[in-house]
Amino acid sequence: MTKKFNEKAWNEYDLGYMVSDAGCAAEYRTGDWRSQRPQTNKDKCIKCGVCYLVCPEGAIVLAADGTYDFDLEHCKGCGICEVECWTGCISMTEEGE
Amino acid sequence: MGKRVGIEVSLAISEAVKLANVDAVAAYPITPQTHIVEHLSELVAEGELDAAFIPVESEHSAMSVCAGTSAAGARTYTATSSQGLALMNEILFIIPALRLPVVMTIVNRSLSGPISIWNDHSDIMSVRDTGWIAIFAENGQESFDLTLMSFKIAEDHRVLLPISVNLDGFTLSHVIEPHEFLDQEEVDKFLPDYEPLVQLNPDKPVSLGTVGIPEIYTEAKKCIDETLIASEEVVKEVFAEFGEMFGRHYKVVESYRAEGAETLLMTMGSVSETAMEAIDKMRDQDNRSVGLVRLRLWRPFPVKDLRVEVAGAKTLAIIDRAVSPGGTGGPVAGEVRSALYSVEDAPYVASFIAGLGGRDITIDDFISVVDQAEKMAESNEIHQYKMIGVRE
Repeated sequence: MTKKFNEKAWNEYDLGYMVSDAGCAAEYRTGDWRSQRPQTNKDKCIKCGVCYLVCPEGAIVLAADGTYDFDLEHCKGCGICEVECWTGCISMTEEGE
Repeated sequence: MGKRVGIEVSLAISEAVKLANVDAVAAYPITPQTHIVEHLSELVAEGELDAAFIPVESEHSAMSVCAGTSAAGARTYTATSSQGLALMNEILFIIPALRLPVVMTIVNRSLSGPISIWNDHSDIMSVRDTGWIAIFAENGQESFDLTLMSFKIAEDHRVLLPISVNLDGFTLSHVIEPHEFLDQEEVDKFLPDYEPLVQLNPDKPVSLGTVGIPEIYTEAKKCIDETLIASEEVVKEVFAEFGEMFGRHYKVVESYRAEGAETLLMTMGSVSETAMEAIDKMRDQDNRSVGLVRLRLWRPFPVKDLRVEVAGAKTLAIIDRAVSPGGTGGPVAGEVRSALYSVEDAPYVASFIAGLGGRDITIDDFISVVDQAEKMAESNEIHQYKMIGVRE
């Protein structure tokens, strides 16, 4: 089994710590950088997919019913989805509230 | 074997860079490095060297461009001095982290202030911990030879680290010396084409210089240090191969009439040649038991070889050409004390600082250093350093 990025010894990384695989940030848990968390009122969601397209982290995932969920392991809480959502169904709330 | 030419040391270095057939030069002129890059720009303009000569607006840009050209797979060269090196500082750390074998000549000059264009080693000492290999030349021929060897050392796939060749400003860079040049054919046999392993290539896209989060940063730093330490063996291999091919032999720690000597002087750079004269005088006229150790490889610090070279001596008098303000002695002396600390019967280490900002170190100065060091050793004097010739 290949080692995860945070399990490798110093000499097991690519030379110069270059990154040769696209999308490798998926391995990193970046969700705990977040101070605000996105929430959806799914009654207002029109399944347009704008939030999915604008998320810079790919942290919005398609749900079985055609609406969208958040991958909170990776969502950094930037709030772009809230601003871009056409119907205003996404709202950011403080973490810990 | 090539022809013997009387030429300014700076120009000889440019000719070595030309013989190394570099692909890219990015540099900004600064005293006393100027003649090297000036001559390289002429060689490129006249079509004698097929390379991109990239003029830039600062040394920060020069080193940034070097990172780019080296990452593109180009054999890359630059040169600087003093404030120029200081301005490069931010990028200096990044080059070894990316494993880019940039070769740089540092024509050593003191750092401001006060403003000084003259020679000492404060510039290289200020970038000691950037992760570069650092080698010192004592004369023109060594500057020429070490420049050629540097490409082979840096580009070795076990190394892939940047390297600086250090030579003293003016006292070396601006003097005319006889140099034995090498033919292009000989150089080509010695120095193969650079085959990059880290490369920006559209056919195989990679990201270089990415963020190193806390889970990775420690490992990345360990990697640079281990690679730098391991490069000492490659330096020795390349020295040996050069010696075999061209008959000029180099060691990471050189010595001169040091065998059996009770007191050893230790120097780096061109003052070593004056120190040899002083040793000859003390040995031949005064029958004193003295010798000289010259540190050629500054980084990685050749701990084992140093211990061998100084073994048996009672006193080791080290001349530093830089101050480590608020520190434990001259920068070289501090390292040597540390390297000898747990060694049984290690010599007493006396730290002297001399030759700052272009002040000459004379034969009499060296003799005085030996006198003082022997007295200090006798009483096991605890000291930080003594400054030679300072008015008090």
